[in-house]
Amino acid sequence: MAHPAETLWVYRNQETQNSHELPVYRASGGYQALERALNELAPAAVLEQVKASGLRGRGGAGFPTGLKWSFVPRETSEPRYLICNADESEPGTFKDRYLMERDPHLVLEGIALASYAIGAAAAFIYVRGELAEAARRLEEAIHQAEAAGYLGERMVGTQTSLKVTVYRGAGAYICGEETALLNSLEGRRGHPRLKPPFPATHGLYQCPTVVNNVETLANVPLIVQNGAEWFRSVGTAKSPGTKVFGVSGRVRHRGNYELAMGTPLSTLVYGCAGGMEDGYQIRAIQPGGSSVPFMTPDQIDCPLDFESVSEAGSLLGCGSVIVVDQTMSIVEACLILARFYHHESCGFCVPCREGTNWMLRILERLVAGQGTAADIDLLYEICGSMLNRCFCPLGDAAAMPVQSAIERFRPEWEHVVRHGVDSVKSNVGATLSGH
Amino acid sequence: MVSQAGIDEIRRLAASFPRRESALLPALWVIQREEGYLPEESLRVVARELSMEPSDVTSRASFYTMFALRPRGQYVIQVCQSISCALVGAQQVIDHLRGRLGIEVGETTHDERFTLLTVECLASCGSGPVMQINEDYFEHLTVERVDEILDGLP
Ligand SMILES: Cc1cc2nc3c(=O)[nH]c(=O)nc-3n(C[C@H](O)[C@H](O)[C@H](O)COP(=O)(O)O)c2cc1C
Ligand code: SF4
Ligand code: FES
Repeated sequence: MAHPAETLWVYRNQETQNSHELPVYRASGGYQALERALNELAPAAVLEQVKASGLRGRGGAGFPTGLKWSFVPRETSEPRYLICNADESEPGTFKDRYLMERDPHLVLEGIALASYAIGAAAAFIYVRGELAEAARRLEEAIHQAEAAGYLGERMVGTQTSLKVTVYRGAGAYICGEETALLNSLEGRRGHPRLKPPFPATHGLYQCPTVVNNVETLANVPLIVQNGAEWFRSVGTAKSPGTKVFGVSGRVRHRGNYELAMGTPLSTLVYGCAGGMEDGYQIRAIQPGGSSVPFMTPDQIDCPLDFESVSEAGSLLGCGSVIVVDQTMSIVEACLILARFYHHESCGFCVPCREGTNWMLRILERLVAGQGTAADIDLLYEICGSMLNRCFCPLGDAAAMPVQSAIERFRPEWEHVVRHGVDSVKSNVGATLSGH
Repeated sequence: MVSQAGIDEIRRLAASFPRRESALLPALWVIQREEGYLPEESLRVVARELSMEPSDVTSRASFYTMFALRPRGQYVIQVCQSISCALVGAQQVIDHLRGRLGIEVGETTHDERFTLLTVECLASCGSGPVMQINEDYFEHLTVERVDEILDGLP
């Protein structure tokens, strides 16, 4: 059941029976935007509409989507490619998966419109390897859409054609980074590439390429159908539209909620998610996935849009709200994050490869009760030495949460060094009961 | 050894991409689906079909955690240990599986029925703790649910 605070745009079909089937999608107005655009609008007009809407990327960085598309050269004999980034691997993030599983045609319509706008005749959906069900649903949907003339040759009776291919990843977080994704799709190791040049001019096979997140693309049919003004009527001036926010941790109703950008964090955590489970209190919050700085409980009224969360010292990222409660120490939370980034560092550059290794070792020491106060300083220094010095943003992603945790929870770190991690936990018997 | 149907599929895949090497991951998936892992001789078949060096195929395959270069159990159990699941009790699930199967994480039972692995976020953070057994997801795990699921496996 949708919560009254929600504005269901990209998630509007989530609870519809058989929403992954073409007739059901069509009954909800699906593919009308594509029919109209291909018959009545020039590619540049679609691009202008998306630009005017102010849509920003939902994959983490919030880059303006229309602007990104406009970097693709108009007059070129080279093939152009559209890539849908469906690698969804950021801890705390589980939104794209449901878009693909329950509303694959919405994603495909967005892909078709984006491809039309940039002049791409081939599109790839890079789906993380574990999401076999999502990949299957997308493949079925592609067959249905091709048979009905929405994809493939001569789409909706026009001269436009588009071949969409589902490409399964195989377990590597770094392949969500757009240039590592391109390497992976070319059959290489998934190391990031130096930028510039950007994918818009030198992407897949060095050809002009746009990489967009699943949720970003799912917004496009709505914008083309209803117009930029309509899109801007919700959200804030600089972060228009809605965002799917996922809440996880010890809240009563974990899940995804689609809210207007700028909705307070408290509405999400206390309204939609029903607040904390009995006996649990908030210790810290990551508002945008595991890669962003921690916020403190007193920041619970922060509006959830790109600007407000940045002003609060964190990042909106992909809108995945992770609520750490009092049964886990902030030091343990950092250890769990460090283990992730150590595992996922692709090893290509020294500051990240070495930095994530050191971070993990120091945090293991601290949690094991063998750390010293000097370890806290050393850890903090290592974070500083990684920030802005790594080849790709994964290095920053590893350092930022830990750095913020030390800055904002310093007394807790010192307490842990003196008395151990258990001393800072309120233990309600964190058992598995009740799930 | 990879079947003729598998080789045909790899050839179709190679021809379907603008460049043949792009078929690497799809080809490796074909092998792993057929053989459960990536035996060396099959990697050589992939190299031949995609006109790549065998050593490149092996090294690129090893970059991806989902590709197994050695045989694994009939059921590969992968429990998410990332932050959202850790907050709701992933460690108890892992400890229970270690105890029940009598193996450590990364090991395979003697009867080759189960391999136990911990993995990072499976994109089920709203319904953890979560594990994957082969391709199927099992969510909202409790110790009792884990027992039921394992008891119910054919
Ligand atoms: C380490 C790393 C992992 C990433 N993983 C993803 C991902 O899983 N999905 C995604 O859409 N973007 C991911 N990104 C962001 C992409 O590089 C890229 O910015 C995004 O796909 C662009 O799409 P958007 O403009 O529509 O947001 C990741 C970035 C980094 C640095
Ligand atoms: S920052 Fe880390 S993930 Fe990025 S290129 Fe360097 S080693 Fe690889
Ligand atoms: S943290 Fe376990 S599925 Fe995401």
